[in-house]
Amino acid sequence: MSEIEQVPVSMTVNGKKVQRFVEPRTLLIHFLREELNLTGPHIGCETSHCGACTVEVDGMSVKSCTLFAVQANGAELTTIEGMANADGTLSALQEGFRQMHGLQCGFCTPGMILRAHTLLKETPNPTEEEIRMGISGNLCRCTGYQNIVKAIQYAAAKLNGTDFQEAAE
Amino acid sequence: MNDMTPTREQREAALEGMGCKRKRVEDIRFTQGKGQYVDDLKLPGMVFGDFVRSPYAHAKITKIDATEALKIPGVIAVLTAEDLKGVNLAWMPTLAGDVQMVLADGKVLYQNQEVAFVVAENRYIADDAIQVVEVEYEELPVLTDPFKSMDPDAPVLRPDLEGKTEGAHGPRKHHNHIFTWEVGDKDETAKAFSEADVTIKELISYHRTHPSPLETCQCVASMDKVTGELSVWGTFQAPHVIRTVASLLSTIPEHKIHVIAPDIGGGFGNKVGAYPGYICAIVATIVTGVPVKWVEDRMENLSTTSFARDYHMTAEIAAKNDGTVTGLKVHVLADHGGFDACADPSKWPAGFFNIVTGSYDFPAAHLAVDGVYTNKAPGGVAYRCSFRVTEAAYCIERAMDILAQKLGMDPADLRMKNFVKPEQFPYQSALGWEYDSGDYHTAMQKAMDTLGYRELRAEQKAKQEAFQRGETREIMGIGISFFTEIVGAGPSKNCDILGVAMFDSAEIRVHPTGSVISRMGTKSQGQGHETTWAQIIATEIGIPAADIMVEEGNTDTAPYGLGTYGSRSTPVAGAAIALAARKIRNKAQMIAAHMLEVSEYDLEWDIDGFQVKGNPQARKSMKEIAWAAYHAPPPGMEPGLEAVSYYDPPNMTYPFGAYFCVMDIDVDTGVAKTRRFYALDDCGTRINPMIIEGQVHGGLTEAFAIAMGQEIRYDEMGNVLGASFMDFFLPTAVETPHWETDYTVTPSPHHPIGAKGVGESPNVGGVPAFSNAVNDAFQFLGSTHIQMPHDAWRIWQAAKDLGAHG
Repeated sequence: MSEIEQVPVSMTVNGKKVQRFVEPRTLLIHFLREELNLTGPHIGCETSHCGACTVEVDGMSVKSCTLFAVQANGAELTTIEGMANADGTLSALQEGFRQMHGLQCGFCTPGMILRAHTLLKETPNPTEEEIRMGISGNLCRCTGYQNIVKAIQYAAAKLNGTDFQEAAE
Repeated sequence: MNDMTPTREQREAALEGMGCKRKRVEDIRFTQGKGQYVDDLKLPGMVFGDFVRSPYAHAKITKIDATEALKIPGVIAVLTAEDLKGVNLAWMPTLAGDVQMVLADGKVLYQNQEVAFVVAENRYIADDAIQVVEVEYEELPVLTDPFKSMDPDAPVLRPDLEGKTEGAHGPRKHHNHIFTWEVGDKDETAKAFSEADVTIKELISYHRTHPSPLETCQCVASMDKVTGELSVWGTFQAPHVIRTVASLLSTIPEHKIHVIAPDIGGGFGNKVGAYPGYICAIVATIVTGVPVKWVEDRMENLSTTSFARDYHMTAEIAAKNDGTVTGLKVHVLADHGGFDACADPSKWPAGFFNIVTGSYDFPAAHLAVDGVYTNKAPGGVAYRCSFRVTEAAYCIERAMDILAQKLGMDPADLRMKNFVKPEQFPYQSALGWEYDSGDYHTAMQKAMDTLGYRELRAEQKAKQEAFQRGETREIMGIGISFFTEIVGAGPSKNCDILGVAMFDSAEIRVHPTGSVISRMGTKSQGQGHETTWAQIIATEIGIPAADIMVEEGNTDTAPYGLGTYGSRSTPVAGAAIALAARKIRNKAQMIAAHMLEVSEYDLEWDIDGFQVKGNPQARKSMKEIAWAAYHAPPPGMEPGLEAVSYYDPPNMTYPFGAYFCVMDIDVDTGVAKTRRFYALDDCGTRINPMIIEGQVHGGLTEAFAIAMGQEIRYDEMGNVLGASFMDFFLPTAVETPHWETDYTVTPSPHHPIGAKGVGESPNVGGVPAFSNAVNDAFQFLGSTHIQMPHDAWRIWQAAKDLGAHG
C-alpha cells in the first residue's frame, strides 16, 4: 500500500481562513480536532447518530463525523469555539445552558449548542415541540433534555428581547 | 454597625453554600468547548492504537499473521498475546477475582474480543492495518443461553479453569459455573412459605444493557524511558485504583505512575473497570517509547467494555391473606459472559443484591445467586447503580405488584401495609443490612396525593370497561415503584476493592488571602463536584464557594480515594469534605480566640466567622483568620490552615423514593405513551437542588430507555445485536417524557451533613415504575408478568398473546 496523496483544502472557520493539505479521506471532525486543534466538537459515535460533532457549515447543521474535510472546501464554518460574544462573554445560548442547567458531563454540549444556534435561526421562536424535534439528532445521556429545552427557550427569549417564562413544573 | 454592613441573610447568601441552586462552575468551560477530555490530548510524537477483533463468539485461534499489516507505512507494531506474555500481561486479574485475557490467548470467548493491538502513526493507518492482519479461527460451539450454561454437555468455555473446583467466591459446581452466593435463613424462609396463606412465584428477567456514556472509554499512555515514569490519562471513574492496579501489574513503583482523569464525558459505571485497551496502550508505550492513544469507537464500546444487568431472577413471596408479607425467596441466574469482570466490591460477587427485601418488612428471606459463563462480553458493571441494586429493586417491585394482583389488593395499599415503619429505623433487614433512616409512608402518601392516585385508578377502571365494550383500543397502566437504595460503599469492615478499603478523602487548603484549593479522591463525570463540593466547604468554613477551587482526578496531587460510582461520592467523600472543613474551623476558632484575646470557648460560629458570645461586634471573619494563620498564628501553633480527612463510613446510606408512571397504551400498535411520570426522592440533606433535579431527569431518561427498549441482545451464533446507535435505543428529546420531581428530606443519622446520595436513584426506581405501568395495563386481560424491554413490538406481541387483538 502506498502513501495517500494529500490534497489542498481551505475554508473559513469561526471567521478565520484556514488552508491545509489533507488526505482526501480525512473526516471533517478529525480535520477540525486534529489539524485545527478545535477540540470543542466531540466524537460520540462516528455514525451520525449522536450529534456531538455538530457544527454549522454554510448555515446548516452538519454532523462533522460524516463529512469529508474536502467536502467543506470553500465553506464557512462555525464551531463551539466561535460561539461566544465578541467581547468574550457567553452568548445567549451558552448562558441559557448554564442558567437552566442544560448540561452535565458537557460532552454533547458543543454539538447541542451549535444545533440550537442553527435551529433558532431557522425558527426564532420555537414551541417546546419544535425544539424537541429540532434537537432530536443530538443525543444527551445526562440531562433527559428537559433543561436543554428550557435553555433554548431562555436563549430564544433573550435573542427576541422578550421575557423568559419558565414553564410551570 | 453602619448601613453597609451586610445582614446575616446577605452574608449567608454570599457563601452560595449547601441548599442553594448554585450555577455550575464547570459550565463556563463546557459551554465554550473548552473542556479537556482524553481525546483532546495531543502529545509530541503520539501514536495511535486500535484492536483487531474477533468476528466469532467462540473459536480457537490457530494463526495470527501481521506481515502484511507491518508493511504499511506508518504501522509501528502489532501486539498479540504472545508479545504480552513476555511482560506477563497476556491475562489480567478482574475486580471479581477472575482472570481475563488482555489479548486472545489461543481462543476467543465473545464476538469483538480483542485479538491483536495495532500501533500506527494515526488512527486511519491503524484502521488500514487492522483490515490486513490475518487471523485464522476454528469455530467452537457457542453458548449464549445462561439457562443452558450448566447443562452436562454444555461447551467448555474456560479451559484455563479446568479442574478448578474452587473459585474466588467458593465452590464451582460445573465447568461454566463461577460462584454460588447465598444469604439469609433458608429454614426460616421455608417455614414462612409452608405456613403462608398465599404465595407467588415468577421468573423476572432484567435484560442485558449497557451504560453507553456519550464519550467512550479511552486513554493516552506515555512512558518516559529516561525517568522510568509512566503517565496515563484516561476516562477513569476511579483513577487512584487504576494507578494501584497499573503498579501491581506492571511492577512500576506506584510513585512513578501518574494517572490523570481529565474531564469525563459521562461514566454511568462504564469507566470503573480496567480494560484491555488500557493495558495494551501501556505496554505499547513501554515498547515503543512514544505516547500511545487508544480510543474506543461506539461499536467497541457497546459490544466489549462492560455490559450491565443480565440477571434472571426467580422471586417468591409468602404472605397472609390480609397482605402481610412473611417471607421472600429469590434465586438469580447471573450471566457474566466470558470472564467474571463484575465491578463490585471484592467480597460481593452479586454486589448488594441482598437489598432485595426493598422497602418492606420481611421477617424471613433467603437469596441465592449463581453466576455462569456464556459466550458474551464480560462486565456486569453498575450502570448508574450501586452494585446490582437496580436488579434487586426491579425484582422486588415487580414481585410486590404480582402479589397484589394475586391478593386482589391495590398495589399502593399492599406497599403501605408492608413498609418498614419510621419507628423501626435503624432497621435490620432479613438479608443483613442496617437501614439508617426512612419515612416511607409519608413519601408514599405525598406521591399519591399529588398525583390523585385514587382518581387515576377510577379512570383506569372506566377505561378497562370501555375497552371491553369495544369503545376504545387504548388501555391505561399505573406503575408504582417504591425503592430503597443502598449506596455509599463503603465501610471498611465489608467493602474493599482488591484489598483497598473503600474510604474516600478530601484535602482542603485555605490560602493566606482566604481563598481555597481542595482536592478529593472522587472523580466527577458530569455530577458537578466542582460546584457542589465547594458548597459543602462554603457552609462549613464560611468562605464563599466562588473562592473555592475543587480539583479531582490527578493521582499525584489528590488524596487517595476510591472514586465516583455507586452513588458513593456524597455519602463517602462528601463526609470527608465536611470533616476536613471542620478541622479547619476548629483551628480557626483557636486563632480567632487569640486574635480577640478571649478563650476559644467564649466564641461561637456565625456563618462566615467567629464572634464573641453575647458581643457579635467582636468578631473575626474567616478571611481575617486565614491571614492570621499565615501572618501571626498563636504562639506554639503550627502556621497554615489546611486539613486532610480520610472517611471510613460507619454504614451505608439508604436513599428511597416513590415513583409513579401513568401510561396509555395502544394495543393495536404497541405504542406506549407516558402521560405523567412523578418522581419523589428522599436523598437526605440536599446540597444543590438544581443538580439533584438534573440528576433525577437524567437517571429517569436512562430508566425509560432500559425499560422501554434498550438492550444488548445476542443471536444463537453469539453475534451481538444492538452494538450501534442505530440499534441500541437511546431516547431523543422527542421520545423522552416530561419529568415531575418532588422530595422529602429524611437525613442520614450517621453522615456528618445528613446527605445520602441521589445519582442512581432515578435509574434504580425508574425502571420498575415503567415496567410496572406496562404490566399494570395488561393485568385486567389476565397477564401476570411481561418481560422487559417493553418496546412497541414486544408490547404488541404481548397484547396479541393475551387475545387483545380479537
